[in-house]
Amino acid sequence: MLYREAGQFKSTYAEDMQIFPIRQDRVAVAVLLAVAFVVVPLVATQYWFSALLIPFLIFSLATLGLNILTGYAGQISLGTAAFMGIGAFMAYNAELRLPWMPFLGSFAIGGLCAALVGIAFGLPSLRIKGFYLAVATLACQFLVLWTINRVPWITNHSASGVIAAQKMEMFGYAFDTPASKYLLTLTIVALMALAAKNLVRSETGRAFMAVRDMDVAAEVIGIPMMKTKLLAFAISSFYCGVAGALYAFCYLGTVEPEAFVLDISFRVLFMVIIGGVGSILGSFLGAGFITLLPIFLNLGSDFIAKTFDIEISHAVVSNLESITFGGLIIFFLIVEPNGLARLWQIAKEKLRLWPFPH
Amino acid sequence: MTFFIEVVAGGLLAGVMYSLVALGFVLIYKASGVFNFAQGAMVFLAALTFVSLLEMNWNFWVALAVTLVVMVAVGVLTERIVLRPLVNQPPITLFMATIGLTFVLEGLSQLVWGSQPHGLELGIADVPMEWLSQKWNINISKFDLFAAAVAGVLVGTLAVFFQKTRIGRALRAVADDHQAALAVGISLQHIWAIVWAVAGFVALVAGMMWGVRNGVQYALTFTALKALPVLILGGFESVPGAIIGGLIIGASEKLAEVYLGPYVGGGIESWFAYVIALLFLLVRPQGLFGEKIIDRV
Amino acid sequence: MTVALHQHPRAFPVGDVILSVENVSLAFGGVKALTDVSFDVREHELRAIIGPNGAGKSSMLNVLNGVYHPQEGTIRLRGREFHDMNSHEAAGLGISRTFQNIALFKGMTVLDNILTGRNLKMRSNFLEQALWWGPARREEIVHRRAVEEIIDFLEIQHIRKTPVGRLPYGLQKRVELARALAAEPTILLLDEPMAGMNLEEKQDMCRFVLDVNDHYGTTIVLIEHDMGVVMDISDRVVVLDYGRKIGDGTPNEVRSNQTVIDAYLGVTH
Repeated sequence: MLYREAGQFKSTYAEDMQIFPIRQDRVAVAVLLAVAFVVVPLVATQYWFSALLIPFLIFSLATLGLNILTGYAGQISLGTAAFMGIGAFMAYNAELRLPWMPFLGSFAIGGLCAALVGIAFGLPSLRIKGFYLAVATLACQFLVLWTINRVPWITNHSASGVIAAQKMEMFGYAFDTPASKYLLTLTIVALMALAAKNLVRSETGRAFMAVRDMDVAAEVIGIPMMKTKLLAFAISSFYCGVAGALYAFCYLGTVEPEAFVLDISFRVLFMVIIGGVGSILGSFLGAGFITLLPIFLNLGSDFIAKTFDIEISHAVVSNLESITFGGLIIFFLIVEPNGLARLWQIAKEKLRLWPFPH
Repeated sequence: MTFFIEVVAGGLLAGVMYSLVALGFVLIYKASGVFNFAQGAMVFLAALTFVSLLEMNWNFWVALAVTLVVMVAVGVLTERIVLRPLVNQPPITLFMATIGLTFVLEGLSQLVWGSQPHGLELGIADVPMEWLSQKWNINISKFDLFAAAVAGVLVGTLAVFFQKTRIGRALRAVADDHQAALAVGISLQHIWAIVWAVAGFVALVAGMMWGVRNGVQYALTFTALKALPVLILGGFESVPGAIIGGLIIGASEKLAEVYLGPYVGGGIESWFAYVIALLFLLVRPQGLFGEKIIDRV
Repeated sequence: MTVALHQHPRAFPVGDVILSVENVSLAFGGVKALTDVSFDVREHELRAIIGPNGAGKSSMLNVLNGVYHPQEGTIRLRGREFHDMNSHEAAGLGISRTFQNIALFKGMTVLDNILTGRNLKMRSNFLEQALWWGPARREEIVHRRAVEEIIDFLEIQHIRKTPVGRLPYGLQKRVELARALAAEPTILLLDEPMAGMNLEEKQDMCRFVLDVNDHYGTTIVLIEHDMGVVMDISDRVVVLDYGRKIGDGTPNEVRSNQTVIDAYLGVTH
């Protein structure tokens, strides 16, 4: 009843092509943004910002990046963490060596460096596909991490390899409180998500999906294989690079190689699968789900420990986390391969009919 | 010169270990077309179960038998719960399901048996063979040779199994063409259960070998990941390919570490195998022994 | 379907030779798909390629649009010689095609599939698209308009937002034709456009093929098994058998050619 489209006609192609063609959606999104930008900073606690919201946003961005490459363009990649790492370290170096550069510019430089490496490691995709490509991206993951560890210039000759991230300041205002970091991250992620949405519904997005669905046919109708695949790698790596820079500067506070190991690559891949392959909304849903899950497991195990007066060690919870992640992946692949985004779509379809059965 | 031989020999023998893991992959891929990313986790589970039972003072052979049963059970359950529902999905979906399976098995192994490292003794000491070291001044570990022998026996047994027995023939039929196999009355579910069981057994052997060499600990799963470059070199469907691929990767990795390593700060072993695989993919995507992949519109 | 078509004056009368195949031979390893085949195609005409199964018809089409490269012979397009044209170049030169086993992008809607056909005409770069800024936005609307015209032309308005994977076979074929048309080709290659269709669907598809030729003046080369269709709608016919040309002429000429009749009846030759 609330979600009817009746009476909402489109009289121009421009209207038909909007991101949110249904008025109720537009209202909902406006409310959501208002809550995110205005209400949350007022009511949320420090813990909420640091442990939940900021990592959720950062991983949403990384998931967006991987989704563009794997979900839309069909090129599977296990090197996400490496690209995040490049973004973080190059942003650090830009801040260090280009003092005149505003920190947002440093983040962009981090992203661009990641994009360049992404193009280099995307070249194999012109000849290989599927899990062969996945193994090739593993080469990227390990090689990049090794390089970061071994080339002293990258870590500014730090002895321990763990460097403190610089302060972020703009026009004299320092982003050092959790709330300010949250708003900064939120703005960056929201803008980049908008850009991603625009990209995937335009010709570039269609070219990506054509390559994913049937690349031989795509080539026959004139879509340039090399340009399309490399562009996918470049854009995806840029997003992951910026996410990595945010990860180091707004969340960890340090820039270290250990934060960008293979496990992170898998985690982001899981967010893509659970959230929904080839869906912008899905990237957020998947990231949210995977970020919240460990928190729930912790709360759950604390509750059980208190109720039954038993000891549950941290290792147990960590292993339960692994099992749950793996199990959820399998569950989603069997039951709903298009992830939470599809479940959301189905819910909306039902909502259109509500309260009528059909 | 002797040093070089030592390095090469050491590399080859390390390569044999990789081959053992890769062998499990090949078996499953050959029979069901599934790329089992979880093979490494299976190796870990097998090793951990076996070593924990030993530490609980169980008899060696009983522990071995029980672990084998566990691995077979894991294989059958995997086939039933994970693979059967996903039968008609594209290969990439199955691949991602096995990534999920990896996490489940790794978590389960450590949940049940704990996460501290274990040492494993199989009665063969990891010391240089006196005969070789005294006569030719070459140090090659006895254990490495034992592992190579075990691998040889395993491959030989598998070869005989595939070629001479009825079940082996059925396995080859299924690997070739599922529909045709069904048409002659071969039960696919049966065959897949057997294949996963055999792969579980191979994982156990690999786990035991690796366990002695490096101890049974979580890092084992990373080593198992190295089987992927081996498969790329050897081709996903070839048993000899897995062996030869393993040998090449093992040897070149060691050589690179020893001779190139000092120039670039060491630690090459973390990525060298993958880069070799990458280069191979660009030149010969189907590997040395694999079948050429043809794209048709 | 024996009514003679094209009785009214054609909007685009058949013109000069626009495409000619000269002594083309194609082999895959030991298998000779095509041996010394030569024929030409005139502008605005409807040329059919027919022949028993395995005659090399699809291979010929694949050579025409650069998917296969012949070992011998050349393709001459508007006077220019090509030995090694790749499919990307062919698309740029105005050659579009459909496939025997539908090659649509199953994950996208009908509208998006047809829009991909316009990709060669799109000029905006990815940054402009990401910002949804002026040129990208305007261009998208212009191309949307062009695609909607094709959708109207092929009467598929009711399914424009449906994911292609959910459509019945006949409609998928029509969408594939739409995608080929979206590129505004000068030469359209159709690989068995009527395969797997019932009589009504075939009549519809015939009507559309003729309309395309009439309305847009597109030169059409089509492979087809249905003799009735071929004889009725084509201007000239090429007959292939075991990779060689055994007949070339108007439908009537080919119909009474003894070699062609033998080939179809399976008389050893």
